[in-house]
Amino acid sequence: MASGAGGANVAATCIQPENALSTVAILLSAFVLSVTALLVFIWSQRSSMFDKSAKAAEVIFAPGEIGTREDPAAGTALGLGNAELVDRARADASTAPLVFFFFCCAFAWLLVASAAGLTASIRLHEPDWLAHQPWLTFGRIRTIHLNAVAYGWAPMAGLGIALFVIPRLLKTPLVGAPFAFLGAALWNAALIAGLGAIAVGLSDGLEWLEIPWQIDILFVIGGALVGVPLVLTLVHRRVEHLYVSVWYMGCALFWFPVLFLVANVPGLHRGVQQAAMNWWFGHNVLGLFYTPLALASVYYFLPKIIGRPVQSYNLSLLGFWGLAFFYGQVGGHHLIGGPVPGWLISLSIVQSMMMIIPVLAFTVNQHQTLKGHLDALRTSPTLRFIGFGGLMYTASSIQGSFEALRIVNAVAHFTHFTVAHAHLGLYGFVTMVFFGAIYFIVPRVSGREWPSPGLIAAHFWFAAIGITIYFVSLTIGGWLQGEAMLDGSRPFMDSVTLTAPYLKWRSVGGALMAVGHVIFVVHFVMLLVGRSAGRVQPALLRNF
Amino acid sequence: MHSETRLLAGGMTMLSIATGALVVIPYLTVRDATPLEGLKPYTSAELRGRQVYIANGCVYCHSQQPRARSFAPDTERGWGRASVAGDYAYDTPHLLGTMRTGPDLFNIGARQPSEQWHLGHLYQPRAYAPDSIMPSYPYLFEAKDKVDPGDVEVMLPSGFAPPGKVIVASHEALDLVAYMKALDHGYPVLQAQPQPAAAASR
Repeated sequence: MASGAGGANVAATCIQPENALSTVAILLSAFVLSVTALLVFIWSQRSSMFDKSAKAAEVIFAPGEIGTREDPAAGTALGLGNAELVDRARADASTAPLVFFFFCCAFAWLLVASAAGLTASIRLHEPDWLAHQPWLTFGRIRTIHLNAVAYGWAPMAGLGIALFVIPRLLKTPLVGAPFAFLGAALWNAALIAGLGAIAVGLSDGLEWLEIPWQIDILFVIGGALVGVPLVLTLVHRRVEHLYVSVWYMGCALFWFPVLFLVANVPGLHRGVQQAAMNWWFGHNVLGLFYTPLALASVYYFLPKIIGRPVQSYNLSLLGFWGLAFFYGQVGGHHLIGGPVPGWLISLSIVQSMMMIIPVLAFTVNQHQTLKGHLDALRTSPTLRFIGFGGLMYTASSIQGSFEALRIVNAVAHFTHFTVAHAHLGLYGFVTMVFFGAIYFIVPRVSGREWPSPGLIAAHFWFAAIGITIYFVSLTIGGWLQGEAMLDGSRPFMDSVTLTAPYLKWRSVGGALMAVGHVIFVVHFVMLLVGRSAGRVQPALLRNF
Repeated sequence: MHSETRLLAGGMTMLSIATGALVVIPYLTVRDATPLEGLKPYTSAELRGRQVYIANGCVYCHSQQPRARSFAPDTERGWGRASVAGDYAYDTPHLLGTMRTGPDLFNIGARQPSEQWHLGHLYQPRAYAPDSIMPSYPYLFEAKDKVDPGDVEVMLPSGFAPPGKVIVASHEALDLVAYMKALDHGYPVLQAQPQPAAAASR
């Protein structure tokens, strides 16, 4: 790290040795102190949880329900004699129209984002295609893709899932749904305006924060309105224990507004400081918004479907507080080698590596829970998507930790390698988990089964093979690109020409993913128009 | 975990620690970095050009942050010395970038000072670099039958203009090129004044 710190910026080389030493000492002691404090904090959270039969983990089951698999099957296994199950049915009914609305929006943005992403990908190897249309130039259509995912698909699907799951976990019908309806309408109006602004070239100019701040005001109001029923329901809850999923979803819903507000205040940020803020936001919107929403879904649906409480409550605590503490500080690794203070970069690299702790805690916990129930991965559509997503969470997080190391970052930074990593996280993990959750929830809120197990399997394989091709090709291409750029004896143009075949493969992978999404949406429309009439059994997968 | 207050207080504390480190301390230390001697404020044409740069998303393929020699051969490629906070005193929003699908542009003005080259390259990058994957920007230009007074004609390599037409640059293209020509951070980082006194006293 010492050589890297010298390389980080010119100013760092001017620091006197004693100063450098004291900086390291301060950083080190601050780090040790904060990790100790974190462990004490986690310990305090597990008070009264010393007994092995962690009651909090069983809160998602009605009495006697452990051992019963719940899968998308409207009406099955609902013995109305059980008061808890009646409560759950009431909670589901209270959220149905709202969740349905969120999912419809999510589907629309998924298609928009797929089309924009595919166009951007093709434009990188066919640069003169559609060149006369300003809004289709790479710099704009790529940005439309990112924003349609970041503010369209991901939050609409994630918040829809949260609105469904939270009343179930709190055993309380949703309070104040009209607020969320209004909020979602405002949010979507804002996104339409925002994408339009980007298309005509109005942009705030910061990655992840392109939408003009005037429009951001609508997002803030819309988002706050969506949060109202979740807070009201929390206040009216009828359970004592807050389940793991509630920790993740609850905190995500408070973290995101802070991130979004601080990042978008006009005139507050400037120059290099703005760059540091930019990546504090850019990484935290992934780590403290989409990731917790998706992890909450895994923590709820995986145990629910296999009918077995999550293995270790203590590991859940470690995973949650570890993520909350470490993830927030990793953003600076996007600026390694850049003109920002050296200590900030070092801090972010250290915390990126520390992220391995919560990731392993999550992985071991889910693996232990799933042990002996692997057959459910074959039959349950939800579990198959969520299982894939969970694995990709581990893979992308571990990859991300190592990518922050200077030696890896020197090659991977500024290349398509990073783009591949981003898609492993936001698609392989978050999006796949959301797909799985939607397969579970839609039959519950619509009262209809999915019409065709074959279409679910097709969606899964198109998405899984698509992201695999996407990730593998861009990872290899990006790494070779980085090595070419680091070799001063090779002309820069080498790093461009060598990526050409990999960029084409990326378009192939992207096209497969898009086909999967079209199948998904068509299947949803079939369900709406009543093609599942007569199906009373859950749409479980048989072969594939 | 029993109490939602404890949960949210804990969660928000974690976020404040992160915000303190990544937002507040940089705000206090580097936000108002003094412009280095030799760094000129942008002219109004250059600022308009900067907006064109933002509007068309140049930042998604071009960084503006050369790295130190110990890190990468950026200087050897002619991209300039490693940049420091004082280089960005007039850069709001920042355009540091995270991709190098194309080369770093922090010193493009010094590397390529020709307005005609920039205009022609924006109209059709492949007229100058056959393997380039940069988009062409025909919508920043106009194909006309003849050049009118006040027009800036783009002199393209033969075969790249539509037959029988002349290519004329729009105001946006001219502003953008003005901005790129202003990207020249060749002045030294370490300012000279305090050094001689210190050396003399020693």
